[in-house]
Amino acid sequence: MKQKHWRALQQAYMVLIFSFLYVPIAVMAVFSFNESKSRSVFTGFTLNWYKSLFTNSMILDALALSVAIALISALISTVVGTMAAVGISSMGRKSRLLINNLSYLPIVNPEIITGVSLMLLFVAYRGFAAWANAHMGADLVPQNIFGLPTLLIAHISFSVPYVIFNVSPKLRQLDVRMYEAALDLGCNPTQAFFKVVMPELMPAILSAFLICITYSIDDFIISYFTCGNLQTLPIAIYSMTRKKVSPEINALSTIIFLVILAIILFTNHMDSRKYRRDQQRG
Amino acid sequence: MVQKKSLAAPYLVWMAAFIIAPLIIVVYFALTDSAGNFTLDNLMTIGRYSTVFARSLILAAVATAICLVLAFPVGYFLSRLRTSKQHIMQMLVMLPMWMNFLLRTYAWMSLLEKNGIINRILGLVGLGPFEMINTSGAVVLGMVYNYLPYMILPLYTAMTKIDQSVVEAAQDLGAGMGKILTRVLIPLSVPGIATGITMVFVPAVSTFIISRMLGGGSNLLIGDLIELQFLGNSYNYNLGSAMSLVLMVIVLLCMSFTSSFDEEDMEGVV
Amino acid sequence: MRAMAGGNVPLRRPTAKGDLSKMDNNVIVSLQNIVVDFDGQNILNGLSLDLHDKEFVTFLGPSGCGKTTTLRVIGGFVEPKSGSVFFDGKDITGLPPYKRQVNTVFQKYALFPHLNVFENVAFGLRLKKEDERVIRSKVLEMLEVVGLKGFERRNIATLSGGQQQRVAIARGLVNQPRVLLLDEPLGALDLKLRKEMQLELKRLQREMDITFLYVTHDQEEALTMSDTVVVMKDGLIQQIGSPEDIYNEPQNAFVADFIGESNILDGLMLRDFRVEFAGNEFTCVDKGFARNQPVQVVVRPEDIKVVPAIQGQLTGMVNEVIFKGVHFEMHVEQGGHEWIIHSTQASQPGEVIGMCIGPDEIHIMARTEE
Repeated sequence: MKQKHWRALQQAYMVLIFSFLYVPIAVMAVFSFNESKSRSVFTGFTLNWYKSLFTNSMILDALALSVAIALISALISTVVGTMAAVGISSMGRKSRLLINNLSYLPIVNPEIITGVSLMLLFVAYRGFAAWANAHMGADLVPQNIFGLPTLLIAHISFSVPYVIFNVSPKLRQLDVRMYEAALDLGCNPTQAFFKVVMPELMPAILSAFLICITYSIDDFIISYFTCGNLQTLPIAIYSMTRKKVSPEINALSTIIFLVILAIILFTNHMDSRKYRRDQQRG
Repeated sequence: MVQKKSLAAPYLVWMAAFIIAPLIIVVYFALTDSAGNFTLDNLMTIGRYSTVFARSLILAAVATAICLVLAFPVGYFLSRLRTSKQHIMQMLVMLPMWMNFLLRTYAWMSLLEKNGIINRILGLVGLGPFEMINTSGAVVLGMVYNYLPYMILPLYTAMTKIDQSVVEAAQDLGAGMGKILTRVLIPLSVPGIATGITMVFVPAVSTFIISRMLGGGSNLLIGDLIELQFLGNSYNYNLGSAMSLVLMVIVLLCMSFTSSFDEEDMEGVV
Repeated sequence: MRAMAGGNVPLRRPTAKGDLSKMDNNVIVSLQNIVVDFDGQNILNGLSLDLHDKEFVTFLGPSGCGKTTTLRVIGGFVEPKSGSVFFDGKDITGLPPYKRQVNTVFQKYALFPHLNVFENVAFGLRLKKEDERVIRSKVLEMLEVVGLKGFERRNIATLSGGQQQRVAIARGLVNQPRVLLLDEPLGALDLKLRKEMQLELKRLQREMDITFLYVTHDQEEALTMSDTVVVMKDGLIQQIGSPEDIYNEPQNAFVADFIGESNILDGLMLRDFRVEFAGNEFTCVDKGFARNQPVQVVVRPEDIKVVPAIQGQLTGMVNEVIFKGVHFEMHVEQGGHEWIIHSTQASQPGEVIGMCIGPDEIHIMARTEE
């Protein structure tokens, strides 16, 4: 086949695939401006759905909850995960292998199983709490934990492994001699860790933190089983899609798309700036 | 270096309590009845749902295969681009991944409906309307759409490691397109293929959203069944746990199969 | 200069250096019967050594001889299985590195990438919580001493290897340790820069008037910089002495071969001042051996005089002549042995030449079991 034709075929194929990926999103965006509620006939241009979105208290509450949970769980996960990564790196090979394998569980397990298993745990706990309280004759053990506590526990549980697998490689790459140099110059081990090792780990810790936030905000299945009566943003979206009524969903989808696009462009810009600066230093 | 094994303690406690213990509880529920007595009835009952299990496996396998075929050229073409372009294209592939997956699936609902856009466009040329939504085809389409990027990225990563000179050497030695594919590209991208298959098949076989939104009530998958036992109308924790156990075994089999192809030195994969 | 050697090496009183005052120097670091195992292998087996204050001491030996391990034992990074480390008379064996008055310059510099030059050098001072102005003046002064004036704000990644090395040296010295440990610090530099830095380090040591303990496998480097050289092999000390002693009077074949080039032959000590080797009898300046005792003879290549064949004590045929810039290196076949001769005049390959070796140039060693 001629080189020219091959090129054209390549490009056509790529265009096809990318259209496949983006057309549904584009259609959603187009119909977010639709006058009527129809999802197939475009009657007129309007921004009403966006306006009503901003007054939709269910969505706004859900968004607030999602953001709060994401921040708190990401923070706790990052701290626990970094500590774990450091601890694991000091362990013998067999222990390390075992713990790493176990840590992979939440990552490779289908989300429905993680969600269901946590739900069973909480249900079992609730049963135990009820029995204990009945036994003691007073409500001492917290019983109705479904809601914020369970959501937080769930989100932390699936986030920490990502922190560990993000920080551990950076830890392995670290030059031991730098840590020794800090000791040599007068630091005790704790000081040496915080003054010399932590700054080197920071990029990995930060990116792990961002990963945790991303996965937390986006999580649906695990939250679905552990949320009790609360609604995170994805759960609110789910209930909206069940009702299938309003193009507010389209508006929400378009907004989310633009936000993600902006974040990607921003981080890309920051990355290329840093890359150019590093090149200049030589 | 820093000899502080104890720092891992909080995590280990957490892991035992919230990752391992729940799974043990699932196994417990799977093997007991509502009174708490040991029984294999739950596992036996699953036999009644063998069609559902078969459907899940088949649909997931079909979706995985389609993803593999579609993604392979994409991964290859991407890896041949200039590095600066590669970065941008990588972003473009990942963007849909970061969109909320409920919204992406919902998008297809509006497209596939009887009065949806696709049928309208086809109507303009006198075709249809086709019954597209609430079919297993729609479910497969939903799976492919959602998980395609998860197949593209590992393939792309694996293929960036294949130097162009290897392909050129094969051409020099007389290999045509077909031979290059089977003798060079596929063998060298096996780790990427393995990863991609895992990252598509596992979510596909366990999903319940896609089947619910695009399959109507008639295309139940394992995920739907499990959800019904726990939060839905059926309400049978023991049966649900048994189903979850079976699902876990399926996933474990899939992963141990694909990890035998994975050369990468990941410290601690099955 | 008095030194104690460990292992089974005969004690030899080395010739005194010019500076007699050095003979009264205190022992600043003393290692006694240090045993170090690593990964099932024995690295040091009963090493004992006294190091004197204000000296430039070099640990010299091939890879794996234990020289770096010895340094790290002194620095506190390696805990010996048994044995003691004394610093200024006090037992510091269990003391961690941050409590020792010793600083280290690491082989790959180990600079802190997240800090600039100033902060790297100031690191140790800040830990001691010294006054900000004192820190500033000390750091700037030290940077000037190492030739990096004006580099305070520079990012570590922008520095060349030589510059990074100097920052590492400044970082160690600014804390005014009693002893500075240097672990093959010049290994990554190119030849010219290495030679410059060797002189720099020597100058620094004299200026700071402290002990430098230096590790290298480069014998030329050791000879250039040191007051005392400790030659090591397989965890044992082979010889301790000044560079001239080590060079002129190697105590065994290993030292003779490791330091400079040498011709080593088996010989027979006929009687005092008379030795037989290469099929000929020679007058020499050594005595004290038993009659007809088998010995090893060492002759340096530059000590052999090339003369017309009939005038030589030995005659040989020139195999190869290599131009080395400073001299010609000639490989000469004689009596089954290939001699190496350094001369400023070249002979021709195939030429038969005579070789003369003066009594002073013949060095006798007791034969060691190899």
